[in-house]
Amino acid sequence: MRTRSSLPVLGLLTGSLVFLAAAGADRLSERERAIHALDRLAFGPRPGDVDRVAAMGTDRWIDAQLHPERVAEDPTLEARLPGRDVLSLSTAELIERFDTPVREARKKAAAEAAEKARAGDAPETGGGDDTGAAARVRAMVPPENRPGRLLADLTAARIVRAADSSRQLQEVLVDFWMNHFNVYARKGLDRVAIVAFERDTIRPRIFGRFEDLLLATAKSPAMLVYLDNARSAAEASNRPPVRGRGAFAGAGAKTKGPTGLNENYARELLELHTMGVDGGYTQSDVTELARVLTGWSVGAPRTERTGGVVRASRRSPEALAAPGEFVFRERLHDVGEKTVLGRRFPAGGGMGEGEAAIRMLARNPSTARHLARELCQRLVSDAPPEALVERVAARFLATNGDLREIVRAVVESPEFFDPAAFRAKVKSPFEYAVSAVRALGSETDGRGIARAIEEMGEPLYLCVPPTGYPEAAEDWTSSGALLARMNFALSATRGAIPGTSAPALAPPDGGDLLGALEGKIVPAGLSEASRDAIRSRLSQAPSDPAAKRALTEALLVGSPEFQRQ
Amino acid sequence: MNRRLFLKSSGLALVAGGFVPRVFVRMASAETAPGGRVLVAVFLRGAVDGLNVVVPWGEDAYYAGRPTIAVPRPGSTAGAALDLDGFFGLHPSLAPLHALYREGAAAFVHAAGSPDPSRSHFDAQDFMESGTPGSRTTRDGFLARALTASPRRGESPVRAAALTRSMPRILAGADGAVAIDRLERYGLRGSGDAGALEAMYAGSAAEPLRASARESFEALRVLEAAAPSRIAADNGAQYPPGELGRSLRQIAQLIRSGVGLEVAFADATGWDTHAGQGASNGQLANRLRDLALAIAAFTRDLGSRMSDVTLVTMSEFGRTARENGNRGTDHGHGNAMILVGGGIRGGRVYGRWPGLSRDRLYEQRDLAVTTDFRDVFAEILTARMRVPAAGMTAVFPGYAARERLGLIA
Repeated sequence: MRTRSSLPVLGLLTGSLVFLAAAGADRLSERERAIHALDRLAFGPRPGDVDRVAAMGTDRWIDAQLHPERVAEDPTLEARLPGRDVLSLSTAELIERFDTPVREARKKAAAEAAEKARAGDAPETGGGDDTGAAARVRAMVPPENRPGRLLADLTAARIVRAADSSRQLQEVLVDFWMNHFNVYARKGLDRVAIVAFERDTIRPRIFGRFEDLLLATAKSPAMLVYLDNARSAAEASNRPPVRGRGAFAGAGAKTKGPTGLNENYARELLELHTMGVDGGYTQSDVTELARVLTGWSVGAPRTERTGGVVRASRRSPEALAAPGEFVFRERLHDVGEKTVLGRRFPAGGGMGEGEAAIRMLARNPSTARHLARELCQRLVSDAPPEALVERVAARFLATNGDLREIVRAVVESPEFFDPAAFRAKVKSPFEYAVSAVRALGSETDGRGIARAIEEMGEPLYLCVPPTGYPEAAEDWTSSGALLARMNFALSATRGAIPGTSAPALAPPDGGDLLGALEGKIVPAGLSEASRDAIRSRLSQAPSDPAAKRALTEALLVGSPEFQRQ
Repeated sequence: MNRRLFLKSSGLALVAGGFVPRVFVRMASAETAPGGRVLVAVFLRGAVDGLNVVVPWGEDAYYAGRPTIAVPRPGSTAGAALDLDGFFGLHPSLAPLHALYREGAAAFVHAAGSPDPSRSHFDAQDFMESGTPGSRTTRDGFLARALTASPRRGESPVRAAALTRSMPRILAGADGAVAIDRLERYGLRGSGDAGALEAMYAGSAAEPLRASARESFEALRVLEAAAPSRIAADNGAQYPPGELGRSLRQIAQLIRSGVGLEVAFADATGWDTHAGQGASNGQLANRLRDLALAIAAFTRDLGSRMSDVTLVTMSEFGRTARENGNRGTDHGHGNAMILVGGGIRGGRVYGRWPGLSRDRLYEQRDLAVTTDFRDVFAEILTARMRVPAAGMTAVFPGYAARERLGLIA
């Protein structure tokens, strides 16, 4: 997650200052603190949340959220999650169900095409070739075995949790860390490995220690495939001596296996996952780290063709590795000496040297600063105060990267509840859509919302570059994206999003319709200009009360105030 | 309801109802009188392997470093490079561009790129789009500054269009720029509410929401009037399916709709070929075929109008001169740029070739950069887009173009 510029936040600040000047406040009221906490540490308030949090005390609410096991979960949530039949399966089982059928269909399609060619049918030309083949493969795979179905379930489940889980901070941090360790879910085996990546790699560790999280991602099949480390191998001259005949026994072996280094993961590990691009490493560190991590790979599906992973011969010990699970392929590992960031890794360090290198990176001061800045950008403002970043980084180093403690350092800082941070961030499309569902009291199965989020520019699990989605306001507010948000507001409030119920807010007790709904949907309040605009529109709207109400809700969710948090 | 609001919402209602105010049509067509030139920049995101785009087949080191992914010498076999000048050749998937090259309508610049050494996709893209390699403090994009520096033609809210979901860095800060990934979807579902929404954002939104909303509504009015998405492709042009074909088709529609377009931008992805990139066939070959078919369809669609339109490709850096252990290539440095269309002195490969022997490589691994990408754009912007020489210091601050390549006829 990266922020492109430190300057544009000035505009936002100006906006919030005007806002606060009207309220005449130099510090937030308890109610504003509750609103702020619900906006930043949750996906916005559901009806009644602001009063509830303010009544129990915002600090107490935050403390509970920092220990999700102490927050009673909605007992109906698990039963309502989409894709329960598949999202609990192991990667090996998911391969059987969603990967093998596609591979077999591909093989069959290729055989049919070859048969056709032999029969002398005219070959297809131009770009039509690939598309035609892909469509044939697709037609051969039953819908319940298509990887797209799995991704749709995973996406919907994520949205339902964000909308309905009582453990809101946990869901916010899952989003943060999934984006920090971005994996594109349409690359090879990642179509299925993405499930275990979120469930088993990220979720259990977001309140643990950073080095454990980092090491878990480094060994995750999803990351190993996404950033190609699964295919990286020592140069032939640096491989261990050959014992017997294996697929990768030597440079001369006739195999499609890897024959050398791939530095993709090593680079992103330094640049994005740990030290940051200015963290003080060199091209030589990238290459040496890539050598350290050679052999970190993934057990191949037991079919002839493999996508994105190394194929093991039947005789090799690696053939015993579970399909789709981490495996250290000793014979691909570089046995030579390496030096990373000035630390020498003596020859023959095996898998242990990779673990040591990753723990070293996790404890690096540049890593502390890089993570502190990202977290502050997410939770405080697009350009967080440097003093805050430094303090959070110091806390990171003092606690050995205790992730609960660094979140605590952010939310307990004076900067977090500073009026300058109040309403200072623009919601991402995911935050915007889910906060609308929550504010309107709607229920959702996540599916239509997933499409809406995609239309607004943030399809979940489908960010191609390893940077993840951006965090800064100007990346989400181009003119086209803004119209998509307004269209979402019009649809969501009219019950026009498939699988999401129409707004279910308690009817206002007569009188001031706008005032009543504004308090519920935009508890921080509208500007006078927004109020005037909505009143003008209402004055020429049909007198039907239901239509008036839907219109008011649409304009509130579409308002500039609701874009912010 | 105040008067200002009424005028705005009633104007929209008319447009939404299918009535096209004549003033828009007239205004629009006046702006695109012949000579209304357009620059189209296509960003190949992920770093295209330029050595397999414009293949230095005359150099043995190319073949020595790429035992499984090199494109064979022209004429040697099926899938060989298409000769350009006796030293360079085009990837066979780029045959449509080879035809344009032979007609003098396409050219290439090799060993071009950014002088910054970064091999980070993010940083290198950012540096290239900001037009200030090495500097992280530049707020706006260089095409945005070029729009400011070029003589203004009318007051179109669609001077620049990015066929992307969010505004790309290269156009950040531009006045009169929109990001639209699907023209037909650029609109509001409830046109009756547009007035109220517009008033809210105009009256109360902080930046960047306010400016973005203003541009959205202005562009909405012009685009609803001009209806570019209803313009059919001309001359039997057939765009390939996929993102780039769709983007270039829509850019052609925008150009022909007469909304006053001066700069267009599109992304093409899928170039980060770390593994199994293929040679004459395979992963990269498929992406290149898509690129060539899309550009060829674009030139065919626009026909004679293409004399006003200059298309340029760019990519954040090149890839390693030698293949890696997975029959792919890692992040490198120098790269090739493709130039097509109006004003280009085609039929040649520009730039100074640094060579691929180990001692000539950048950091002993990558093609060196001998032509700064800013030199290429500077020439196009001054000669074609009429940015005055004095204005170029604002487009590329702190940079004086080193050499004139003579790209423009």
